Amino acid sequence: MTADPKTIAAGHIWTFPGGIHPPERKELSNTYPLRELPLATHYSVPIKQHSGEPGDIIVRVGQTVLAGQPLTQVGVGFGLPVHAPTSGTVTAIGPGRIAHPSGLPDIVITITADGKDTFAPPLPIQDVATASRADLLEQLRQAGIAGLGGAGFPTAQKLALQRPLDYLIINGVECEPYISADDRLMREQASTILRGADLLLDITQCPQALIAIEDNKPEAIAAMQAALTDYPRMQLRVVPTKYPSGGEKQLIQLLTGRQVPSRGLPIDIGLVMHNVGTAYAVARAIDHGEPLLQRVVTVTGEHVAKPGNYWVRLGTPVEHVLQVTRYTAETNQRVIMGGPMMGFTLPDLTVPVVKITNCILVPSTAELAPPQQEMPCIRCGACADVCPAQLLPQQLQWLAKAKDYDGLNQQNLFDCIECGACAYVCPSEIPLVHYYRKAKAEVRNIAREKAKAEVARKRFEARNERLEREKAERLERHRKAAEARKQAQAEAVKAGADNPQDAVQAAIARAKARKAAQLKEQQANSEPDGEST
Amino acid sequence: MSFTIATSPHTHQRRTTQQVMRWVYLCMIPGVAALTYFFGWGVWLQMLLALITAIFTEAACMWLRGRSARFAWRDHTAIVTALLLAVSIPAYAPWWIIVIGTSFSIVVVKHVYGGVGQNLFNPAMAGYVLLLISFPVQMTSWPVPQSLAQYTINFADSVSLVGSGYTQSGYNMEQLRTGVDGATMATPLDSVKTDLSRSLTPTEALAKPIFNDIAGIGWMWVNLAFLLGGLALIYLKIISWHIPGGLLLGLAVPSILMSLFAPGQAIGLSLHLLSGATMLGAFFIATDPVTAATSNRGRLYFGLLIGFLTFVIRTWGGYPDGIAFAVLLANMCVPVIDRYTQPIAYGHGGRS
Amino acid sequence: MSVLTAILVFGGLALLFGLILGFAAVRFKVESDPIVDQIDAILPQTQCGQCGYPGCRPYAQAIANGDAINKCPPGGDATIKELADLMGVEAKPLDSAHGAEDVKKVAVIREDECIGCTKCIQACPVDAILGAAKHMHTVIAHECTGCDLCVEPCPVDCIDMVPVPTKPETWQWDLQQIPVKMVATADQES
Repeated sequence: MTADPKTIAAGHIWTFPGGIHPPERKELSNTYPLRELPLATHYSVPIKQHSGEPGDIIVRVGQTVLAGQPLTQVGVGFGLPVHAPTSGTVTAIGPGRIAHPSGLPDIVITITADGKDTFAPPLPIQDVATASRADLLEQLRQAGIAGLGGAGFPTAQKLALQRPLDYLIINGVECEPYISADDRLMREQASTILRGADLLLDITQCPQALIAIEDNKPEAIAAMQAALTDYPRMQLRVVPTKYPSGGEKQLIQLLTGRQVPSRGLPIDIGLVMHNVGTAYAVARAIDHGEPLLQRVVTVTGEHVAKPGNYWVRLGTPVEHVLQVTRYTAETNQRVIMGGPMMGFTLPDLTVPVVKITNCILVPSTAELAPPQQEMPCIRCGACADVCPAQLLPQQLQWLAKAKDYDGLNQQNLFDCIECGACAYVCPSEIPLVHYYRKAKAEVRNIAREKAKAEVARKRFEARNERLEREKAERLERHRKAAEARKQAQAEAVKAGADNPQDAVQAAIARAKARKAAQLKEQQANSEPDGEST
Repeated sequence: MSFTIATSPHTHQRRTTQQVMRWVYLCMIPGVAALTYFFGWGVWLQMLLALITAIFTEAACMWLRGRSARFAWRDHTAIVTALLLAVSIPAYAPWWIIVIGTSFSIVVVKHVYGGVGQNLFNPAMAGYVLLLISFPVQMTSWPVPQSLAQYTINFADSVSLVGSGYTQSGYNMEQLRTGVDGATMATPLDSVKTDLSRSLTPTEALAKPIFNDIAGIGWMWVNLAFLLGGLALIYLKIISWHIPGGLLLGLAVPSILMSLFAPGQAIGLSLHLLSGATMLGAFFIATDPVTAATSNRGRLYFGLLIGFLTFVIRTWGGYPDGIAFAVLLANMCVPVIDRYTQPIAYGHGGRS
Repeated sequence: MSVLTAILVFGGLALLFGLILGFAAVRFKVESDPIVDQIDAILPQTQCGQCGYPGCRPYAQAIANGDAINKCPPGGDATIKELADLMGVEAKPLDSAHGAEDVKKVAVIREDECIGCTKCIQACPVDAILGAAKHMHTVIAHECTGCDLCVEPCPVDCIDMVPVPTKPETWQWDLQQIPVKMVATADQES
């Protein structure tokens, strides 16, 4: 490890292994200023838009809500509330499409807009300077802020971990092709982002921050540089353009030369990272009391007539977004939520925009060719050359196909960040990442089944013990009852009554005598014939 | 409205296996041109025969395995195997040599192991070794470079030689290998090896007319031509420098040491690097990704191993050249090399 | 004389190696889990009794005593393969006499039909059914192993075995099975 603090402070940029340079295509969308997307007629708000447990629903069908009014509240788990994106009526609560690659339904609150867009009164923190850390965290939690970079981890939960920190890193790298949401936000809202970063520094009690931007965004760099004069605790770091330099682990390696330990967190090595969008949302929530109602979404691709970056209310159906931006569909059209490297295709357009939606991409087959037939692996090793995690993708692929889960563990499958660089360069067009995701899901599933089996085993054993115990208790009861009876008889005999035992003995003796007499009689009868019967 | 479901990434670098293979055989052009210049048209006949055999045997295998032949042809790996074997064998070897070799490469070495990507051994080199062991006379009968030859071989003679074993004027291979001085001419490596084993000094061994160039007439230029093609492959990022670099290093270092400490038995650095199949082996054969090590560090070791084994076989072994044997031996070591050169994954304590 | 030398040499060697082996057997003795526990850990703990034994542990006992390893339908081929590895025997296909491998299921009581007879509660091997006599019973879904044993005793046939639904969290990336047609969204139902 070459993590000399002085070298970090001097602005040295390290490098990370592998990486690719796919066509960026950011010019399609990054030339237009941020625009507000016109309101939709209805919104479907999934109650779970972050990683973790959903909150408890606190509205009912038919209830009128104001924009910004919470629809769920933090429950027993580490939940995060969602808010009404506009004013209107709750028309349904039930299963509906959510933003997930599976296309499986989950609980969605549908709101029919009244068109007035009346806001609930904001609840800003009165005096930020004197507010306690707990109050600030609670404010962020109530505002429903989750990481807007992609993973959607609740921000308050991330900040709640208290450990000594060296640096807060604000991630404005945005290395994924096509997407320019963070780029535009940095150009237009640089001071708010830095205000948010400043608040994050206070909350985490971290001494300094690094703002990282890829060198293909000169305007954003200039805007942030200009705004940075007010914030002495922060420094700008320009990183070279290479996918996936915006990945959390890769960016940490670039800026500090440190590596997040496997299955660990950045905080384990004294770092914490937040996206620029998150920093913006933090500033709005604390200074203005605004909950997370909208986010910047890049709408792009050659099949969109009005590409650009839009402020989109969370819960807006993709259909509405694409109608406003006038998309045209070809046969076998793909609509991708997220970028071309890590995004997922939507089965239809009822899917809503959620907290982690940074891009909606409607490409033509000319710009993003559809996948070709998978060919056999020729072990060319191109995948290993580009893997930023230093894994051996071809080896993982063989093991995943063979369902060799021990082997996959040995090859560190779970250190794969699913960036897609390996599949991008594969000459045999093997959908490598798909195999890894499937294998990961299977491994997790097996672990879940094992845990469940363990519980079942314990319950089975507990039940058997209970049955044994009950049986023993029953026998014990019977024995005690018999003993009690015996004792009662003995006492009765003592008291002078007939001993029931004697009576039984007498009866047995009588029966024996009768039987013997019968036998004698029979023998006497059969003897004269000299035959035995 | 419904849409197409696909898995990420949705974008792809358009360099298919077919394109990779196409670059490999395009980069063989300089080497083949040099072979043609020095040894005549024989190499083209061998390539043609090899290609036809490869295409038919591949189709037959795919048919037997119940798959579409076009699927196998599409990746062009059989073409590369066939061409590599064709340029490795003597230019005027009888036609059945290349047919047997290519069939063995495709059927046994490639498809019996499960087709493309599944073979343990380099198909071209396994085929070459089979031929070398089974038909040593034909496989060591390299023609004399045309500038030294008593008889020139035209195209019709080439066809006749490969087809029947005799030129149109009735000369056989043995006669054709006779040089202007009336003695049968061996390849440079063969010649030096034989002379050294007869206790001649290297200076005496190198006094023959075939060594008028630095590393043997013709052979040096063939090697330089393959080097040129190989550098093009590296430039085009079809192969990485690790295997050829390792191989040449593994060959050069012991040969320099040998020249320093035992000059009486040393073949010499220039002859090692620029004679025999060194450059063809380093850039085109050992770099076959299927049978090479996986990581870059592993590839370096793999190359070093081949280079060193080649040196050992050339110096002490029974055959004049050792590239083919060295490649096969190194193929066997690949799992071990991979096991010990697995890169340290991110977050597992490696240096950044 | 040379014969004697040979005998002495080989005899000495045999003795030496015997001593080494004997020492190794004592010094490097492997204390492993009792085999029954290891087998039991592999079995799916459904406690369904389809193998013919009253639960997973009895079957583990039976396997340890030499019974066949292919009698567990809930575990299926994966379990058979693991057992084969552990026991050092050939993996056999599932014995169809004991049932076929099926999707994971969970018992659900149609609660308005339940008469509160407690028969299912007594049948449940993992105590995953709650209720009391003459009161409605219900299945604790996440404790249910899907063993099917409660279905048969029910006098009013009010227990259904339903496949465990796939949730986004447990989804296995089966892209081909994504329903591409529109799902009924909540507002369309109302």
